[in-house]
Amino acid sequence: MTLFLQQLLNGLSLGAIYALIALGYTMVYGTLQLINFAHGEVYMMGAFAALYIARYTGVADNPTLPGVAMVAVGAMTACAILGMLIERLAYRPLRNASRLNMLITAIGMSLLLQNIALLSFGALQNFPSLLPETQWKVIGVAVRSNDLVILGVTLSLMVALTVIVERTQIGRAMRAVSHSRDAAALMGIPVDRVVAFTFALGSVLAGAAAFLVAMDKHSVRPDMGMTGGLKAFVAAVLGGIGSIPGAVAGGLLLGLAETFVSGYLASTYRDAIAFLLLIGILLYRPAGLFGKSTVEKV
Amino acid sequence: MPIASTLLATLLAGCSGGTSDTKEIVIGQYGSLTGTSATFGLSTANGVAIATEEQNAKGGIGGVQIRMVVEDDQSKAEEAATAVNKILSRDRPVAVLGEVSSSRSLAAAPLLQAAGVPMISPSSTSPKVTEVGDYIFRVCFIDPFQGTAVAQFAYNSKNIRNVAILKDVKNDYSVGLAEYFTTTFTGLGGAIVGEEAYSEGDFDFKAQLTNLVSKNPEALFLPGYYTEVGLIARQARELGFTGIFLGGDGWDSDKLVEIGQDAIAGAFYTNHYSVDDPNPEVQSFIKKYQAKFNATPDGLAALGYDSAKILYMAMEEVAKNPEHAAAFADRSGVPATEGARKAARAALRERLAQVTGYPGVTGTITIDAQRNAQKPAVVVEVTKTGPKFVESISPDGSSRKSVGGDAPAAAPVGGDAPAAAPVGGDAPPAPQEAAPAAAK
Repeated sequence: MTLFLQQLLNGLSLGAIYALIALGYTMVYGTLQLINFAHGEVYMMGAFAALYIARYTGVADNPTLPGVAMVAVGAMTACAILGMLIERLAYRPLRNASRLNMLITAIGMSLLLQNIALLSFGALQNFPSLLPETQWKVIGVAVRSNDLVILGVTLSLMVALTVIVERTQIGRAMRAVSHSRDAAALMGIPVDRVVAFTFALGSVLAGAAAFLVAMDKHSVRPDMGMTGGLKAFVAAVLGGIGSIPGAVAGGLLLGLAETFVSGYLASTYRDAIAFLLLIGILLYRPAGLFGKSTVEKV
Repeated sequence: MPIASTLLATLLAGCSGGTSDTKEIVIGQYGSLTGTSATFGLSTANGVAIATEEQNAKGGIGGVQIRMVVEDDQSKAEEAATAVNKILSRDRPVAVLGEVSSSRSLAAAPLLQAAGVPMISPSSTSPKVTEVGDYIFRVCFIDPFQGTAVAQFAYNSKNIRNVAILKDVKNDYSVGLAEYFTTTFTGLGGAIVGEEAYSEGDFDFKAQLTNLVSKNPEALFLPGYYTEVGLIARQARELGFTGIFLGGDGWDSDKLVEIGQDAIAGAFYTNHYSVDDPNPEVQSFIKKYQAKFNATPDGLAALGYDSAKILYMAMEEVAKNPEHAAAFADRSGVPATEGARKAARAALRERLAQVTGYPGVTGTITIDAQRNAQKPAVVVEVTKTGPKFVESISPDGSSRKSVGGDAPAAAPVGGDAPAAAPVGGDAPPAPQEAAPAAAK
């Protein structure tokens, strides 16, 4: 029983990380119907940004609460700027081209950023422990403070995003752009600004995820966006891409699936079995858990 | 960033030559200068650079300077093959040095074997690497021996009877080492209480570790790379594991302690050499390395140095034949001289296969019939100030607990003629002074 509870917690902590990254995928897709493959790389760049900010401001050696908050905000700002730059330089010129062109550009962007990171940061680097880490034993289960922080941040960001999209002026504009870009423009909605905001918001999420993951895993590496991004993408699709609660549900489900396959079946086939499960779910619900099936008008 | 700038200089030097008709001998090198296991490639390239500098200061090979061409494979197997193809077609090297990782060596070795260009891997320990063909050599021990050494150390020196294993299932080295460890350890009477797997790039190992820790092993054997091991150690401790961590030479990097911190301190792994070794060969190398790179060389740097030294020694001897010497320096690429170039490389291959009793930094190196090096392994303890010597285990199974010199050397393999012994022309550098320990 203890073993089961421990694995459940392991799965939730892993799933929360996937969910956090998946939120950014889903934000951009929800507005633009673009799978932004560069999202994983924005996340990776955010981790390096956090590392260098922490190093150069001395927070790495002497972490204080305001200092740590500054590192987190710095990483999120860096990501927002990068996200908007990518949108402005790579995606906006193609906005009216076929969707396939954008998708290929996104993949190209992802490779470009990854190689820039390889060249400029080299390799794996150690990330300092910024928040005090504690852990508790609750009925034999190791509960880590970092897991609780990540799970808490993920859930609160999910709520915050839902509020932004459903309850605010800019959120309404985002939904309008998502519904029909041309009609929104005719109604006087500044589409470019709304799209830029969407990218900034999605990238801020990547920055938050990067900061938390780097701190929890004590390391940053140029390929972290690839592995993390791929899993998060799958999580977003599983939950129903475009749906904010769906991204969180998908992330948690993927984390739990991987953990229980590792824990109870065979860790050697972890990815194979976990992904087979996902294919099974998508066969029954092609739009994902929270996705709405739409009829394509011809 | 002295390391990076030196490398950049090397790379730039690599780009500038080519068209001029200045005579030079080109040696290729491929390695992970960037990517997940970048410290492997960087350390190796640094070690090789020192050997090349020394050789060029002595006048190169038969009066012709050596130019080392280094290609990055980004720590990816598919890129290793691309890098070697690039070196082969663009630079027409006499020989190629690389890689550290067995998976990457295995990706590139068939290309070099097919081209008839000798390859020396400084530190790939999977037996499969040299099985690729007769042009593929290595200057390190192989995993069946390394696995035996760790198992012996665990069973005999640490009295451990129950071990759990967590291996990288996508890595030839890791899978092989786990297997060889299991064979010896169970043969001695120990038990493997659990075995789980992960894939390179994973950052969460808690599912596997929860399972393993629940079986109460006395030690956890982690035959992976430093990139994941530091993190695994931390997560294992968080899940309540209190035993010992054991590993192999894939742990050899400063990053291990940086990431693993207190969790990994006190762990043991097998390596190719120890900086505590008072042997003048070792101390003189450490001095040179510190002077040039302002860092303590790890085992991979030492093996990189040894691999280049052995290559240059063999080339010097082959170049005593003026035809071969001319062929080494021939960079025209015209078909007319291709035969002579091939013959020179074949002669070099022959010479490499006969290396016996070479006094390297990483121990006495004798290339056996399978083109592997026969030499002892060193068990070191991870401490926050760097690896510390614990004991040395010889291929014949005997162990030595003192740090003392390598005097009794590895048992001579088969009836090797003493004539071939310590290699002409290559007087070992005079020990300036026997520094007792490397200043960190």
